[in-house]
Amino acid sequence: MNSLNTMMLLPILGTLLIAVIPTEQTLRIKQAALATTLLVAVTGILTWFNFDSSNTSFQFVQSVEWIPSFGINYAVGVDGLSLVLILMSVLLAPIVVLAGWNESEGGRWSAKVFYILILVLETMMIGVFAATDVFLFYVIFEAMLIPVYFLIGGYGTGERAAAAVKFLLYSLFGGLLMLASIIGLYVISGENGGHTFDITKLSEMHNYMSSTTQNLLFLGFFIAFAIKAPLWPLHTWLPDAAASATPGTSVLLLGVLDKVGTFGMIRFCLSLFPDASRTFTPLIITLAVISIIYGAFLAIGAKDIKRLIAYTSISHFGFITMGIFAMTTQGHSGATLYMFNHGFSTAALFIVAGWMASRRGSSTISDFGGLQRVTPVMAWSFFIAGMSSLALPGLSSFVSEFLVLVGTFTRYPVAAVIATFGIVLAALYILIPVQKALHGPIAPGNENLPDLNLREKFAIAPVIAVIVALGFYPAPLLNVINPASAHVLEMQGFTDPTPSDSAGK
Amino acid sequence: MTTSNSLVYLIALPLAGALILLLAGRRADKWGHLLGTAMSAGSFAVGLYQLNEMLARSTEERAVGQKLFTWISVGTFNIDAGLLLDQLSICFVLLITGVGTLIHIYSISYMSHDENRRRFFAYLNLFIASMLLLVLGDSYLNLYVGWEGVGLASYLLIGFWNQKPAYATASKKAFVMNRIGDMGLSLAIMIAFASLGSVSFSGVEEASHHASEAALTGIGIMLLVAAAGKSAQFPLQAWLGDAMAGPTPVSALIHAATMVTAGVYLIVRSNFIFDAAPTAQLLVVIVGAITLLFGALVGTAKDDIKKALAASTMSQIGYMILAAGLGPAGYAFAIMHLLTHGFFKAGMFLGAGSVMHGMNDEVNMRRYGALRKFMPITFITFGLGYLAIIGVPPFAGFYSKDLIIETAFNAGGLKGILLGSTTLLGAAITAFYMTRVMVLTFTSPKRWDDNQHPHESPILMWLPMAILAIGSVTTGFLFTKGDALANWINPVFGDHGDHHEEHLLEPIVVSGMALTAVLIGVGIALAKYQFSEVDAEAPQNVSIFTRIARKDLMQDSINEALFMRPGQALTSGLVKTDDLVIDGTVRLVGRTAIGAGSELRKTQTGFARSYAVLILIGAIALIAGIWVVTQ
Repeated sequence: MNSLNTMMLLPILGTLLIAVIPTEQTLRIKQAALATTLLVAVTGILTWFNFDSSNTSFQFVQSVEWIPSFGINYAVGVDGLSLVLILMSVLLAPIVVLAGWNESEGGRWSAKVFYILILVLETMMIGVFAATDVFLFYVIFEAMLIPVYFLIGGYGTGERAAAAVKFLLYSLFGGLLMLASIIGLYVISGENGGHTFDITKLSEMHNYMSSTTQNLLFLGFFIAFAIKAPLWPLHTWLPDAAASATPGTSVLLLGVLDKVGTFGMIRFCLSLFPDASRTFTPLIITLAVISIIYGAFLAIGAKDIKRLIAYTSISHFGFITMGIFAMTTQGHSGATLYMFNHGFSTAALFIVAGWMASRRGSSTISDFGGLQRVTPVMAWSFFIAGMSSLALPGLSSFVSEFLVLVGTFTRYPVAAVIATFGIVLAALYILIPVQKALHGPIAPGNENLPDLNLREKFAIAPVIAVIVALGFYPAPLLNVINPASAHVLEMQGFTDPTPSDSAGK
Repeated sequence: MTTSNSLVYLIALPLAGALILLLAGRRADKWGHLLGTAMSAGSFAVGLYQLNEMLARSTEERAVGQKLFTWISVGTFNIDAGLLLDQLSICFVLLITGVGTLIHIYSISYMSHDENRRRFFAYLNLFIASMLLLVLGDSYLNLYVGWEGVGLASYLLIGFWNQKPAYATASKKAFVMNRIGDMGLSLAIMIAFASLGSVSFSGVEEASHHASEAALTGIGIMLLVAAAGKSAQFPLQAWLGDAMAGPTPVSALIHAATMVTAGVYLIVRSNFIFDAAPTAQLLVVIVGAITLLFGALVGTAKDDIKKALAASTMSQIGYMILAAGLGPAGYAFAIMHLLTHGFFKAGMFLGAGSVMHGMNDEVNMRRYGALRKFMPITFITFGLGYLAIIGVPPFAGFYSKDLIIETAFNAGGLKGILLGSTTLLGAAITAFYMTRVMVLTFTSPKRWDDNQHPHESPILMWLPMAILAIGSVTTGFLFTKGDALANWINPVFGDHGDHHEEHLLEPIVVSGMALTAVLIGVGIALAKYQFSEVDAEAPQNVSIFTRIARKDLMQDSINEALFMRPGQALTSGLVKTDDLVIDGTVRLVGRTAIGAGSELRKTQTGFARSYAVLILIGAIALIAGIWVVTQ
């Protein structure tokens, strides 16, 4: 069986298993969810092993007619870009389950519902990256909102209902614009060789569009993606959602779902509308640079640890977007690697922040103090996650951030220089909470907080291991990413700038 | 280039030490310090072995390399994890591991009562490994990893006692100011890649021969920013004084002997860039000159012994940076002063630690006095370091500083006279403030109360001090005998000793002037502190100049006014804007849009239903759309 289908099917089987377990046996339910996600993770790793990185076309391809009258297929396949993102998603899923073992308690519904939602979401996360039929992509893109909506609104904290609705409305608005563009594409395909939603065929359509049409259709996709991977000024839903969601949901939301936005920019915006992409590049680079700096300043000013992490992500998504639209191999590969690395470093931050908040009963930074002396393992985990977020050399995010910067600099030096200020701001937005929460005298209410238990150590250790290992040896991922990036740029007609003072001169 | 498979052990040993000590946790408390020291000593042994091998090879073949693996490879951006050991980096390797091991030994005793001694040794090992990577990396990007690694170790060690809020703040300040420097290093690497197509030392050197001066000047200025951050040079100097919050062995190793000299290494290593970028080179000299006076002036007003020594470090590194900015004539002397300074300043910091150890951690020199009698070994070893730093022949600093002063004068013209005079003035002020430290601590009448019971430190502490003191006495002579160090190191700069010898002033005249300057400085200090009464409390009715010097020439006030307060204002402004303007607009739009449906919703409960409505609307739109277009 096609391993993409296997990966998507397994969580569904998991939900069936969970459905037959009696509701009150929550431990069994959790174990079933963990076992399922682990199995999917193993399948994901095997898929990565079987992937031929020298081949730039889609692999593990399968296409089945779904709604033939509209030319809609269930069509899946992966290239280096989607493979890396699927790998990230399936590796994070069991960690989220293990780290948030007790997250479902205190929710509006049972643990059973919680894990069914998580597993359904996992299937969709794989599907959204694997879809090679634009319609299928759209359906999953929209359908994913449902489990996330219920996860935030049903199991979150604080203003969870309001945050969930805000998230939903923002996303639906973007989705609607994308839908209009998809219909437009479909029409154009009908006029030029037959109705289709196949991404490869649709990527020829730009030849038949006027530049106005192309620009409008591009914007439909781009705005939807700029909401997902929040780009300034479309970002305000994210801090609310992240602050209200359970930590595990936040990891999936910021780590995986938001990547659909930056993934979509590459997969759809660039390959379907190359000319429009060029037209809008200056604007998008500008917005990306604003996001980098703006997100960093808001993180510095944040008083709530979860909101702080959300704002750092806005800054990081700025880097990713900038790398994508720099149109250089370093920028592109760096951006893709950044997506993976950001998934892990944000996961680490959210998981540990979640543990801190649930122990202390507050996520306000000033309620913490001196944790390094009370809960050393938890404090160290937060510190290492923070170092990864500020892209300390030797940790994975440094490689991707530097690639993005150097790749941008060769084409847009001014943007890269401004973005480089982000590394100073990053030091501030990480070290300020580190100083307040981990250092200094032990704050009232922190004296008796328990350190990480064995389960929690097992959850955070692999995340940190990935962060460190890929910092020193990113080749396993870059080898998969590089051919895909080169392929996209080749299709766009871009070549890397040659060194201005090179020996040839 | 010759390859050597053992280079990696230089770094691997202390790195393994750090990991074992951190991961083993409390289980390693009993033996952690011994393992840490052994790892540092092991690395030193590998260094000696490498030196021995290197000596056996001819000048042209001394450099060795080791490629570990391909680190990053995207398009033409190819970075190997590669190491390079040549005549320049071996000097650093031996300094880092040699002085480092001595400081490990010292710390066994100094930190023996600290419950977190194991963690301290883990950080020290982490520092040694990072610092070795910094000087052994064969490309700017590899250097960068070590560069931030030492920054991290420095941060962890400055904040080792971070339960005190001031210490936690000091560590954060150091990290952030260093990051400003790191930004310079990042940009230098980006410019190098964009304009020269390479970021390895060999690649950049080769490309620099036909590169435009504009590109090289850009790289050079950015490298200078990086160097200023790491080496506490003007205008990024403000963190070093606060860094004295760290345990004193840290101040000796990181904030005196090794890490803060990384900026000098960076500039000297990038000689091919600065030699071809005169503007950047001139800026290097200017930064060095400003800082050497800046640090010296601050040093005259400090009562905290560690802060006085820190100001002195800043000033002495100013000498090194200045020498490095003088080009091929100065590189070897910059390194020579760096090495001699490594001995005498580390020795004096350990001496300060010994004094604090005997004085209940008192750091205010106004509460010292007459410790000569109680701590004779500390007095002698510190005294030898003192004679070395002020430049009394035949102690080490005399040779190395004299050569810098001489080279400064020889820069020629007005530049030479200005630089030469600055270095001379600096020498006089150095003599003044170091004599002040010496007198206030050891030879003036006692100003401490009877609760203090000063005593000499144990052998594990004074032995490293004694060894460093021997270095303070002998190294200058050894390095200059037959121009040994210059001949050893100059081939790295493509210089084979055939450059013209043109003296503005005869060496003997320069030495005479320098010694006169020193004598003036010493004389004023003796008159002021040895032969007059010193208050145990710092007098408050002092001149405006003293007040400004006590406040580090207003460095913090200036930074606060220029960056911190505007930054805070910007942050809070953006936070408000985000909520009121951006999210406010969103809320307004949302409210207007939902307004229509709100009447409907009053009869409903929960959001699930409103969601279902929205889904329904979406589905209808979808079907309608497709239906319309397929007609």
